[in-house]
Amino acid sequence: MSLEGRSVAAAASLPMRRFDAVIVGAGGAGMRASLQLAEAGLSVAVLSKVFPTRSHTVAAQGGIGASLGNMSEDHWLWHMYDTVKGSDWLGDQDAIEYMCRQAPRVVYELEHFGMPFDRNADGTIYQRPFGGHSANFGDKPVQRACAAADRTGHAMLHTLYQRNVRARTQFFVEWMALDLVRNADGEVLGVVAYEMETGDVWILQSKVTVLATGGAGRIFAASTNAFINTGDGLGMVARAGIPLEDMEFWQFHPTGVAGAGVLITEGVRGEGGILLNANGERFMERYAPNLKDLASRDVVSRSMDQEIKEGRGVGEHKDHLLLKLDHLGPEVIMKRLPSIREIAIKFANVDPIREPIPVVPTIHYQMGGIPTNIHGQVVVPRDGHHNTPVPGLYAVGECACVSVHGANRLGTNSLLDLLVFGHSAGGHIVAQNYPAQAHRDLPRDAGDAPRARLARLDAATSGESVPEIANTLRKVMQSHCGVFRNQELLAEGVSKVMAIAEQVAHTAIKDKSKVFNTARVEALELDNLIETAKATVVSAEARHESRGAQARSDYPERNDADWLKHTLWYRDGNRLDYKPVNLKPISVDSFPPKARTY
Amino acid sequence: MKFRIYRYDPEKDAKPYYQDYDVALAPTDRMLLDALMRLKAQDDSLAFRRSCREGVCGSDAMNINGKNGLACITNLKDVKEPVELRPLPGLPVVRDLIVDMSPFFKQYHSIKPYLVNDTPPPEKERLQSPEDREELNGLYECILCACCTTACPSFWWNPDKFVGPAGLLNAYRFIADSRDQDLEARLDNLDDPYRLFRCYTIMNCTDVCPKGLNPALAIGKIKGLMVKRAV
Ligand SMILES: Cc1cc2nc3c(=O)[nH]c(=O)nc-3n(C[C@H](O)[C@H](O)[C@H](O)COP(=O)(O)OP(=O)(O)OC[C@H]3O[C@@H](n4cnc5c(N)ncnc54)[C@H](O)[C@@H]3O)c2cc1C
Ligand code: SF4
Ligand code: SF4
Ligand code: FES
Repeated sequence: MSLEGRSVAAAASLPMRRFDAVIVGAGGAGMRASLQLAEAGLSVAVLSKVFPTRSHTVAAQGGIGASLGNMSEDHWLWHMYDTVKGSDWLGDQDAIEYMCRQAPRVVYELEHFGMPFDRNADGTIYQRPFGGHSANFGDKPVQRACAAADRTGHAMLHTLYQRNVRARTQFFVEWMALDLVRNADGEVLGVVAYEMETGDVWILQSKVTVLATGGAGRIFAASTNAFINTGDGLGMVARAGIPLEDMEFWQFHPTGVAGAGVLITEGVRGEGGILLNANGERFMERYAPNLKDLASRDVVSRSMDQEIKEGRGVGEHKDHLLLKLDHLGPEVIMKRLPSIREIAIKFANVDPIREPIPVVPTIHYQMGGIPTNIHGQVVVPRDGHHNTPVPGLYAVGECACVSVHGANRLGTNSLLDLLVFGHSAGGHIVAQNYPAQAHRDLPRDAGDAPRARLARLDAATSGESVPEIANTLRKVMQSHCGVFRNQELLAEGVSKVMAIAEQVAHTAIKDKSKVFNTARVEALELDNLIETAKATVVSAEARHESRGAQARSDYPERNDADWLKHTLWYRDGNRLDYKPVNLKPISVDSFPPKARTY
Repeated sequence: MKFRIYRYDPEKDAKPYYQDYDVALAPTDRMLLDALMRLKAQDDSLAFRRSCREGVCGSDAMNINGKNGLACITNLKDVKEPVELRPLPGLPVVRDLIVDMSPFFKQYHSIKPYLVNDTPPPEKERLQSPEDREELNGLYECILCACCTTACPSFWWNPDKFVGPAGLLNAYRFIADSRDQDLEARLDNLDDPYRLFRCYTIMNCTDVCPKGLNPALAIGKIKGLMVKRAV
């Protein structure tokens, strides 16, 4: 039954609608969760800044990791080992066990929903090799990435949308959530949201709120992320007093198109593509003798950076490397990597059937995010417990940190993360029987803070330009928080970012129209970019070790004695706290930390 | 570089008008969307949709020098100056280059865009031969950008009745799926003088699809099935 008649919140005098559940985000994670809620008969509102199939999950290319064993023997425990090792032991082993065990089930389910996976001759799902995935605990590469050509994310996102159409999920398209509504007890009671077409601000009251707002790669200048990936969920929780976990860990993908940022999937190397330096040398043989070009991403990106630093880069400025795949032959390229060819032709001016693609490590994925448990509940330290659930709040997908990716995510494990934890959060929410519960009263000041932000923007007649500040922020993050980091760079980065944060409070936009005001949307996004950037650079400066994607030239070694722990960043006072890594799986023996070689 | 852009903000403009822009580009600006972002930094009131900037999300479809396309994969080298930009034709304009897509999505939703198979699924995947899977190529890649449908004269005249090329291509995507069991109902749903048969094979759709898909071919296949079913 739906209770969504339009009414006005007495306290807040904003128009209001009521639902059992509000989900912010219609990417893979949000739509996997919404499906379950809609099918269970909850009244659900799914908000998205863009039409659901335009969410950035659509851009994922390579595949979904699951030990189906369709190509050769495979086992979830091997997948688990690879993921723990890939995470440089910062991943929580209970969550990793849960994800890897659930993987086959959620992939089969997606197939049943209609996902157009590529097929083997025997009719089973085609799987390709991917970086860091191995058989028998690191022995040799294994084909574990379930793929739909090089459009896996597109196929998955459309399939999930289609299934939601079937379930009659209610979407609020081009609605932007601005802030959480929280009461004095810390319970989350819904969101304040901005309807782009009309410029109206609403309170969407709910018994449970799920954040699924995706990545925030737009805090960096060179990024594989879409324009809309601005870390809105991170900004929302940070402003609500909830910490962000492990934000120093950002993955550089080895192969973004040089100059353009557009991604070339690791699946290219999975299918046999290799990286070359200016001397035509396959340099990965030196850095990772065993898995070579298919070592984990942090290792490959660092090796590439090293090659460039030592003068073996390609091009006029010796600033990139080459990805060669012509030896795969036109047939494999056209069949397995058709979009990659399109991208290379469009964005790099080369046809990979004949010439190599110029590539460079490019920001791609945030391992950190909103701290959650395996049910997707957002958790915070409270009364001596490290992981106490915040009532009424869940987070899933790239904006969440369960943590299954630790300090470095393996390729194909994100799409998997969306499916597994979208599913588990959905199941956990359904089990709470929210339809039988009443809505809590809204606090008197519900909606005041975001309304004040909007009012300031409307009143400002002069001030800082939003695109200029955003660009400055991206440049600072790129040069102070890149592949290689050190104290001096980071400390300077912190003070620059804090100075930019001051400017963010003084932006102005010229466009004051209520109708589809994209300048206003960008200004509101900047409020989230800045929180994300602060969390990142402050956490990175404090972590005095190298682990996974955080590579510090002044602390080149991993330091388990002092740093085998998760960072928690609080917006208030820019404060840091830490909590232990869970090294204890659910049912199997722990994989104790050891040196990481590929 | 010179631009001539359709402007309309219902809040302040009595009617639409064209605005001329001249924008200095950086050497790294390759695509039309790069130029639009530069324009927007100069005039923040210019409204358009964009997200992925790589031709996969379908946000930034617009009419570029008279032809529908995606700004993010339209190379600046390939467009004549002044570049005339208009919103997609045939849909209500919300503001500037932003159109109301709901008539388009309503037609997409009308074709039951999801797999129908009521047999209990096996424990593992449903099997599908590579040949059967091949049938979905050229169909499942549709990004719902609406370039095709808003280039189709039949849709302009009957947006509420004619499903349009994107909807029909997607209808065929499920008809062609060896795992789908709803063939008869899918054909019934389209067996109507308007829904399917308003297509007069004008081919505009196939001409403009930025993903190189061929809706006209898919429509031809549905028509073929209708004929086969009738005899
Ligand atoms: C180019 C590329 C290729 C990739 N390839 C792979 C791969 O092969 N395998 C793999 O496992 N992973 C891959 N990844 C990573 C993976 O695709 C992403 O991590 C994942 O898709 C994120 O999904 P999500 O559901 O969390 O977020 P998204 O899909 O980004 O969705 C976020 C949603 O939140 C909405 N939203 C955001 N803010 C707001 C707000 N304020 N109000 C309302 N709505 C909001 C957006 O509109 C959107 O609907 C790739 C990533 C990129 C960028
Ligand atoms: S072929 Fe049919 S659908 Fe395509 S443009 Fe022509 S009339 Fe429209
Ligand atoms: S068929 Fe092509 S033009 Fe039409 S909506 Fe799909 S991708 Fe766009
Ligand atoms: S911005 Fe996504 S298709 Fe152009």
